[in-house]
Amino acid sequence: MSKAKLMDFEKALELFEPVIGLEVHVELNTKTKMFSSAPNEFGSEPNTNLTPVCLGLPGSLPVVNAQAVRYSISLGLALGCEISPSSVFARKNYFYPDMAKNYQISQYDKPIAENGSVEIELANGRVVHVPIERAHMEEDAGKLTHVGGSTGRIQGAEYSLVDYNRAGVPLVEIVTRPVFGGEADTPAIASAYVSTIRDIVIALGISDARMDRGNLRCDANVSLRPRGTEKLGTRTETKNVNSLRSVERAVRYEIQRQAAILADGGSILQETRHWHEDTGATSAGRPKSDADDYRYFPEPDLAPVEPSRELIEELRAQLPEHPTLRRRRLKAEWGFSDLEFQDIVNSGLLTEVETTVAIGVEPQAARKWWTGEIARIANERGVDAGSLITPANLAKVVALVDEGTLNDKLARVVIGAVIDGEGEPSAIVQARGLAIVSDDGALIEAIDAALASQPDVLEKIREGKVQAAGAVIGAVMKAMGGQADAARVRELVLERASQ
Amino acid sequence: MASEIIDLTAAELATKLAAKELSAEDATKAHLDRISEVDSDVRAFLAINEHALSTAREIDARRASGEKLGELAGVPLAVKDVLVTTDMPTTSGSKILEGWMSPYDATVVARCRQADLVPLGKTNMDEFAMGSSTEHSAYGPTRNPWNLDRIPGGSGGGSAAAVAAFEAPFALGSDTGGSIRQPAHVTGTVGFKPTYGAVSRYGAIALASSLDQVGPCSRTVLDSALLHDVIAGHDHHDSTSLTDQWPSMAAAAREGARAENLKGLRVGVVKQIQGDGFQQGVRDGFAKTLELLVAAGAEIVEIDAPHFEYAVAAYYLILPAEASSNLAKFDSVRFGLRVTPAGGGTVEDVMSATREAGFGPEVKRRIILGTYALSAGYYDAYYGSAQKVRTLIQRDFDAAFTQADILISPTAPTTAFAFGEKTKDPLEMYLNDVTTIPANLAGIPAMSIPVDVAAEDGLPVGLQLMAPARADDRLYRVSATIERMLEEAAGMPFYARAPKTPAKGGAK
Repeated sequence: MSKAKLMDFEKALELFEPVIGLEVHVELNTKTKMFSSAPNEFGSEPNTNLTPVCLGLPGSLPVVNAQAVRYSISLGLALGCEISPSSVFARKNYFYPDMAKNYQISQYDKPIAENGSVEIELANGRVVHVPIERAHMEEDAGKLTHVGGSTGRIQGAEYSLVDYNRAGVPLVEIVTRPVFGGEADTPAIASAYVSTIRDIVIALGISDARMDRGNLRCDANVSLRPRGTEKLGTRTETKNVNSLRSVERAVRYEIQRQAAILADGGSILQETRHWHEDTGATSAGRPKSDADDYRYFPEPDLAPVEPSRELIEELRAQLPEHPTLRRRRLKAEWGFSDLEFQDIVNSGLLTEVETTVAIGVEPQAARKWWTGEIARIANERGVDAGSLITPANLAKVVALVDEGTLNDKLARVVIGAVIDGEGEPSAIVQARGLAIVSDDGALIEAIDAALASQPDVLEKIREGKVQAAGAVIGAVMKAMGGQADAARVRELVLERASQ
Repeated sequence: MASEIIDLTAAELATKLAAKELSAEDATKAHLDRISEVDSDVRAFLAINEHALSTAREIDARRASGEKLGELAGVPLAVKDVLVTTDMPTTSGSKILEGWMSPYDATVVARCRQADLVPLGKTNMDEFAMGSSTEHSAYGPTRNPWNLDRIPGGSGGGSAAAVAAFEAPFALGSDTGGSIRQPAHVTGTVGFKPTYGAVSRYGAIALASSLDQVGPCSRTVLDSALLHDVIAGHDHHDSTSLTDQWPSMAAAAREGARAENLKGLRVGVVKQIQGDGFQQGVRDGFAKTLELLVAAGAEIVEIDAPHFEYAVAAYYLILPAEASSNLAKFDSVRFGLRVTPAGGGTVEDVMSATREAGFGPEVKRRIILGTYALSAGYYDAYYGSAQKVRTLIQRDFDAAFTQADILISPTAPTTAFAFGEKTKDPLEMYLNDVTTIPANLAGIPAMSIPVDVAAEDGLPVGLQLMAPARADDRLYRVSATIERMLEEAAGMPFYARAPKTPAKGGAK
């Protein structure tokens, strides 16, 4: 793949106005698939989560998953959309071996949700309202693995393997209207938008939203128009950009690539493009035109979806707080700096911290433990921090610190033990004898011994070089096996030295 | 003994089986013997169930052990090859599915097994149910037991011929534009297309999803009603299946058979589907039936259904459109035939070669028609307009049923035509469906019962009856009364007039 010529980003913005449109596919985490009772599970042995419906066997018929419909309505409402009182499934006809029926059941002219808007906030504080055209329900395709050949694509492969486990997994496709006025923020808007969609579906609990597993997939449409012109430029659609960082990079790349072509007097080919994470570039995919003929027609095997107003209102009443508003609220309530708050958001631990604070832990302590020790262990073990320890147990550990039973070092030991399943915090403290020695007599004994063995230190302290006490404090902490309150030891050292 | 057994209706067989006067094994064996005897001529069956006798013996053993069995336990049944079965291959009359074994049973088949019916085999049909004569079957045509030179109707010619030739007392069929009723008409049997949604389509290989409906065929009204009761009712595998609680169709048929007269019944005769274009014998049969109805006290009402004249045109856009999409799954990737072009090729090449080799000309014709009708730029003019016509036809029916309780017409314009007579001009074949198509477009129940034998060719003539959606029981009630009156007039049931030995040129 030859590296495309790119124009400097700032220069590109001088000459052209970038316009983007985003299509995000959200895989719903329903128990079963969109149109069959087959399990909706990730990571199963290939071709095991199947019914005759998933394979499109002769005679098989789809049946709509009611849970998927409820999830879709909730998502539509969270996107500020109107929910259609009667939405219609349609067949999108095209031959491809990952489509068992050679048509995809989707929605066409009557989607379940239309006309919404999503508020997003960029890292620089800019707030943007992204207009939503529609959100519609459809089924995912199977997964193709192309074997042989160098590209990993179907062209040139010796043969291809098909796994239909994913065929029929429920999807909601969210389509934005063109987003104008992004200017230099355009790439950041794209990734912040996807990030906000991810937050929304997580808050709704309707998707696992793991981009690395394809639960959330983004196709980014990018076009440029020369400054001062009205007509939209020809767009490219970059497919399956599977991380937030890639979304931003891919949009930036396309702006730079298209600008270089246009500035050279060339024209943009309307096509799909593939994003390559490793090279940070896109490459040409299949040419696409508005005339691609999918021969849509209403799916005769399914009745229109007609949710009652009661159901819609019930789901509206259950909507969680919008992620942007929630963040704003929590940051203010906790009095965190931008940096501190971003720390939590970036580690995806906002809910954990919120729950811990709700139990009564100081926000700063909750932040410190979640983004510190617990995140470190999670990182080490490659698991989610939230799965390691409950907010209730962490709160108990923090309470033990607050009452002086544990210091931070001991608290880390206790947290490690809770994670390893040794029981709840106070039981661990008891069993392991981890409590701080708060008996001044035992401490004074150790201090006197330490001072006696370091007479020079005693001299320095007496001369007013208080920092010299550190050596004695260290020796005492060591002698106590770490189970002492260092602040109290310091007080006592200074007291003894002055006698 | 054997010939007596095959003469029995399903209802009579059920009575004898329940009384242990007859074993399921003997009933099954008699029909299998009959198949061996005549099917080399009739060619109704594509596959015979190897497990039929063992299934029958199990039913006998369970009955002997005192187990309470269903009303029809042990009665043999023929199954149209459009319905998927786990113990017999399912081809839908196409080479593209030759030898294919389904991993699951169609819901209607499962319900028949649940009722302890004994599937004898799979019956021939036009490929993917596209045709009116079985001449489009990839496995060769079935012949009409009344005259082996004539078509048995289609697409369900196999099921109708099997029943007419006493190879089975009743059979399952499917009706998209007349595929149960028109074969019944040309073979002197009864065929019933239920209200759309009354019977599950799960496991019925789709032709046109919005038109297809599975239904029974048999030699008597009661037998169809009995089978109807077995297969009808909601199925959660089929989203278009109605959740209604249905009255017993058999009870309606029995009640109808006892009825003294048809006093007060308003019978509508649709102007647009009878008359001049119809064969003389068909018109005579229809006229005689009208006289019978009048004599029985029915009130005849002339019905104008102005949009019926567009029914065939609308149907032959909607059907190919849906079929072109339904048949896309036959691509060699997961099941069925696979043809790899010489020297290999891409997956598209393999799909294309498979479909080229696996589909017959009528199937290809309709796929092309349907693909065209759905294409961007043509959709509104073709598929869209056809759907509007469909709505207008439904309104014609709504208006008609304010004036009449049932509607009647000849079931088809002609008696059984000769092989090859209509294969050269597809339009000729399509026009044969003019009478039956409106009911499918409107989703209403419709049936055909035999009423006469045409003087000019000695072939059966049927009467079509139609009722409003969900009034399937009304059709059974009225048709059972007519059937009894005809039997009384002729001194024997209609099926007794069928030739016992199918022959070329008819059994006259």
